[in-house]
Amino acid sequence: MQEHIQLNQKEINDIALSSVLETPKWWLPAVLISFGFIVTGLAAFFYMVYHGLGVTGLNRPVFWGFFIVNFVFWIGISHAGIMISAILRLTQAEWRRPITRAAEVLTVFSLMAALHTPLFHVGRPWRTYWVFPYDFSRGVWPNVRSPFVWDPSAVGTYLIASTLFVIICLLPDLAIIRDRTTGLRSKIYGILCLGWRGTPRQWKMQTIVGILLSALVLPVFVSVHSIVSWDFAVIAGVEGWHSTIFAPYFIIGAIHSGVSAVATFMVVMMWIWKGNDRILRPDHLDAIGRLLIIVATTWFLFLFLEIAFALFTLERPEIALRELQFFKWPFSGLFILFLLTSYFIPVPMWMFKNVRRSLPLMFISTILVNIGMWLERFLIIIPSLARKTPFAFDWGSYTPSIVEILIVTETFAFVIFGLLMFSKFFPLIPLFDIKEGMVFRDEIKIGRRTVPASIRE
Amino acid sequence: MANPSWGMVIDNDKCTGCNACVIACQSENNIPINEEDHFTQRRPIQWIRIERYWEGEFPNVKARFIPVLCQHCADAPCEPVCPVYATYHNDQGLNVQVYNRCIGTRFCANGCPYQVRHFNFWEPEWPDSLENQLNPDVTVRTRGIMEKCTFCVQRIQRTKRESEKNNTSIKDGDRQLNPACVNGCATDALVFGDFNNPESKVSKMKKKELGHGGHGDHSDHDGHKEHDEKRGYHLLEEYGTHPSVVYLKKVDYESKTVEKH
Repeated sequence: MQEHIQLNQKEINDIALSSVLETPKWWLPAVLISFGFIVTGLAAFFYMVYHGLGVTGLNRPVFWGFFIVNFVFWIGISHAGIMISAILRLTQAEWRRPITRAAEVLTVFSLMAALHTPLFHVGRPWRTYWVFPYDFSRGVWPNVRSPFVWDPSAVGTYLIASTLFVIICLLPDLAIIRDRTTGLRSKIYGILCLGWRGTPRQWKMQTIVGILLSALVLPVFVSVHSIVSWDFAVIAGVEGWHSTIFAPYFIIGAIHSGVSAVATFMVVMMWIWKGNDRILRPDHLDAIGRLLIIVATTWFLFLFLEIAFALFTLERPEIALRELQFFKWPFSGLFILFLLTSYFIPVPMWMFKNVRRSLPLMFISTILVNIGMWLERFLIIIPSLARKTPFAFDWGSYTPSIVEILIVTETFAFVIFGLLMFSKFFPLIPLFDIKEGMVFRDEIKIGRRTVPASIRE
Repeated sequence: MANPSWGMVIDNDKCTGCNACVIACQSENNIPINEEDHFTQRRPIQWIRIERYWEGEFPNVKARFIPVLCQHCADAPCEPVCPVYATYHNDQGLNVQVYNRCIGTRFCANGCPYQVRHFNFWEPEWPDSLENQLNPDVTVRTRGIMEKCTFCVQRIQRTKRESEKNNTSIKDGDRQLNPACVNGCATDALVFGDFNNPESKVSKMKKKELGHGGHGDHSDHDGHKEHDEKRGYHLLEEYGTHPSVVYLKKVDYESKTVEKH
């Protein structure tokens, strides 16, 4: 962080609260369009419930398709929040401040989108609650050996923790909105901010809770995507899945796609809310870009190792699978696209400082990463099932149906809709965090140069 | 008396690939009619299927058949992954599916390396002429759940009940006890029985053909142990599932190659 822009309290308030106190012209159309996609997706879902899963492209042996791909994808995106707000907070990276809330909110909504997917996926959605460990009238405890019982507990814990985190960080900002509105709105924000007065005791407790939550949520950081990876890795019968490297491989992949999604969201925030670009600076994108180079390269190492370990034994079923994955159309084309978009185009781009500080280029490169990471999950799940056993008689293929595509679109629309609604009612830039950063700002002299620095908390 | 451990011996040498077992199973177990659409969608429901492989180059082509049904594995990969205990192992060595519990995650189907688990993608339907053909002893499954071979558990239970009522023991090879596929097999390629009863036909065949109780080295892929008379093997035993079905490999006098999957 070399840049040093000092804004006074009023300027910060005006910029960060502009999305709440005024409504931009594009807001309502954007909300309506995303809501339209949600309605279409839900209509497709109920059509599927009425007619049965036959309306999807699923078959034997490809029993899992777009829904599970999408589930893994959204869980991956949700790792953004924890990376940015917990890890960067604990390591005291100053540049995190303006984007912590955006990352956390993205986490909450992408987790909700991910939690849609099991509902869409199962054959009898009205009975999905049976996986919860509660003594329903059926009198059977769920099977704790199944990763599908671990999933709801891990994802549920993560959702609760990140929602708490968002609320705790919102309290001081809600109080500011309460003081700047009148009438009913002021009353509602007054209730929501839980009586925040800004007393030293309240500040102290808020800080302690913030640090505690970020520390306590760290195990979830490891567990959530490990458990998602075990949905696949515990299955011995599927060659492409049964790999011990899956847990760390999925986690680092999740960070890759999550942090990229935050960068995309940042650029969008700088574009669509005027004034935001005075708080969110190219410097922040620069920092995220440098972080992403490390994350992406670590992820690429795991990808390489996964393939290397798989091919090391030269077993015939494994070779049949990799042949399909690498060389047979359309998977071969998707594989090349996956390699290009998730690593070989974005990472060399991020090597250049001009790219890291350019809004359009960062937008394109991070969107590419997430296209690639979606394809990665697709290429792990579908070809492995299509070449599941040594019985060539049972090999299959998979083409998604329009119903599945509509339902997958629904989850994307849901996240966009959620973010838009949040931005209308709550500030996406944490006011108190920025002000805190301004207070801690300092300058140190190194030789004859004066360098911006910050006081440690 | 020890609990029975039901199992099957399948002699590939006797299988002619006639699909009579498939039809027998279809009518015994209320399986919906597989129309052409179901096959083009790759969604037929066949609790037992005949896999057909072509071997050799024209004109010396051989058709090889292997009947594949649920192996009722002792260490079934489908069981631990079901979140709602819809599939579990009962005390008679059967891997049973509880339709009412199933929520249709299809996790078990991914776990099964034999691909014998089937999902009801559509609501099952029968033509009017077959409405009265449905077996009253077997549940008609609804859409959205898994189903698979049960070793005709309804026939096993009925025979057990009747033998308890009449105070007799279950006879080995009783046609009332045998699953429909075994009764339907024209060449006796399928034999059903109790592996816990040393006098049963399957136990004797297993002892003769498998020797060491199931695992370990038989002849390798290249057929080096040509003089090994033992033909028994388990399907995909490298997955460690310990199946209850023993296969006997095809005897090929011309090429001395070994049929193994």
